[in-house]
Amino acid sequence: MSTTSKYEPVIGLEVHVQLLTRTKAFCSCSTEFGAPPNSNVCPVCLGLPGALPVLNRQVVEFAVLAAQALNCTVNETSIFARKNYFYPDLPKGYQISQYDKPLAEFGHIEIDTADGGKKRIGITRLHVEEDAGKSMHEGVNASDDRTSVDLNRSGVPLIEIVSEPDISTPDEAYEYLTRLKEIILYTGVSDCNMEEGSLRCDANVSIRPRGQKELGTKAEVKNVNSFRFIKQALEYEIKRHEEVIESGGKIVQETRLYNPSEGRTYPMRTKERAHDYRYFPEPDLLPLVVDQKWRDEIHARLPELPEARRARMMADYGLTEGDAHTLTLTKAMADAFESAAHKATNPKRLANIIQTELIGRLKAAGLELEDSPISMEGALLSADLTEAGTISSKMLKDLYDKCFERREDFPAVYEKEKPQQISDAGELEKIIDEVIAANPKQVEQYRAGKKTVIAFFVGGVMKATKGKANPALVNELLPKKLEG
Amino acid sequence: MKVTENDVTYVADLANLELTDSERQRMAKDLNSILDYIDMLNELDTSNVEPFAEVASKFAGNQSSGSERFAYAMRADKVLPGLPHEAAMQNAPDTDGTYFKVPKVIEK
Repeated sequence: MSTTSKYEPVIGLEVHVQLLTRTKAFCSCSTEFGAPPNSNVCPVCLGLPGALPVLNRQVVEFAVLAAQALNCTVNETSIFARKNYFYPDLPKGYQISQYDKPLAEFGHIEIDTADGGKKRIGITRLHVEEDAGKSMHEGVNASDDRTSVDLNRSGVPLIEIVSEPDISTPDEAYEYLTRLKEIILYTGVSDCNMEEGSLRCDANVSIRPRGQKELGTKAEVKNVNSFRFIKQALEYEIKRHEEVIESGGKIVQETRLYNPSEGRTYPMRTKERAHDYRYFPEPDLLPLVVDQKWRDEIHARLPELPEARRARMMADYGLTEGDAHTLTLTKAMADAFESAAHKATNPKRLANIIQTELIGRLKAAGLELEDSPISMEGALLSADLTEAGTISSKMLKDLYDKCFERREDFPAVYEKEKPQQISDAGELEKIIDEVIAANPKQVEQYRAGKKTVIAFFVGGVMKATKGKANPALVNELLPKKLEG
Repeated sequence: MKVTENDVTYVADLANLELTDSERQRMAKDLNSILDYIDMLNELDTSNVEPFAEVASKFAGNQSSGSERFAYAMRADKVLPGLPHEAAMQNAPDTDGTYFKVPKVIEK
């Protein structure tokens, strides 16, 4: 897509994030992923007649925390609503969601733009809803002409985060999603695991002639399961819209699916019923009231967010923006680094070693930080030894290689591998004698009062022992020998 | 007539209902008489009445955190046993013992 195109894309994103609660939104069934099909179910999430939903307090607290992290205004009163549609994995025939009075509104995320600037992407709303079950059309039994339904996921709590159509390029969409995920991960309300469906994204995209205010007809791209694919799907859609319009055609408002292996989108083959969900207030649930006191309590639990943390870490530890970025990619990494950094002789040295020696090796070994053979304490020791000049950077690399080979922490490997010192006085005296015997001229100078020449003998002993002589012992023995 | 037979067809379609011609006519008649009754209610001036969707919220009293309402409007995030798998499946019209089975949904 070229920036000189006469069209301007307009993109809005809807992101569903699964909350990390133990139980579902409106019943006490477990939310555990991967349980046997239809085992975490009860009358409420099976949609049996007469069962009544009761809201999970933790859902509210997590949703409010996320809303606050995304700079939203949390409404004191919000209303649950029924979104009515038919689908086999929605046993009640409606999804409990929020409609005209969502939990939170008017938020924003700041993103970096291609030209190095900052751009604010508005968040229209953040609301609470329940997930549907899972339908499997194929794979359960190949010869099966029926769809299989697992209702374990039915009723699992989600927040839906709807952006303003402020996003102008697929790159900005990617950046927005990256920031959003980072912030949500920091709050700890979701693991944002895309493979397990904890984070799902739908994109609305349209184009309009540059300068035109009115929006073009949009297409919705659904069920794209990676940020990279979202970017590709948007690139494809923008090109498709341009081609349709340039050739005199019209964009049809429809839902499309992205096929990553073909790199293109297809209209969803579904009966295009008007999106008439006939929302109405959920009479089985009270309006949700989150008063100032509760909001403040939740706000007190809001951790330092990535952007602020990067700025502080740069100031506290003398890091570059690049260092700070790498070390705050996950909260776990940032926490680990900071647990050691304040003890380091030079925190910047520790940051460098983590980035150049540790992260690369972890990646190569396919390990997460928490599975690292080298702990932060180990990395700290390695940084301090390097900083003091006790080990060279080459030795550091060798030691790190050995740590990864043996799956042992740095202090243990260092203890075994560090250069063995000669601390035996008898052995050292023999070597010193040899050095003295080989350099009669310098002995003369020393005995004549030129005491500085001792450094020459220290060097000689070190050379003869390949640097293994215990320096303290050498300094103790040499003068005695030289005095004769 | 507020509700036409076309409206009935549309709503029935949304509700996955198949109606015969005579059923459609009857539904249109019933729906219109319900709406006529609503018209009667609409003669009352409700401009100063807050809309509410459930009776409880009207009479629930104090809504602040720590109040009685706060306690009963929500529950703790604690797992409680639901239905055993066999019990959950026992009313399924069609099952392989593991999943609920429904006629194949064509959507892909």
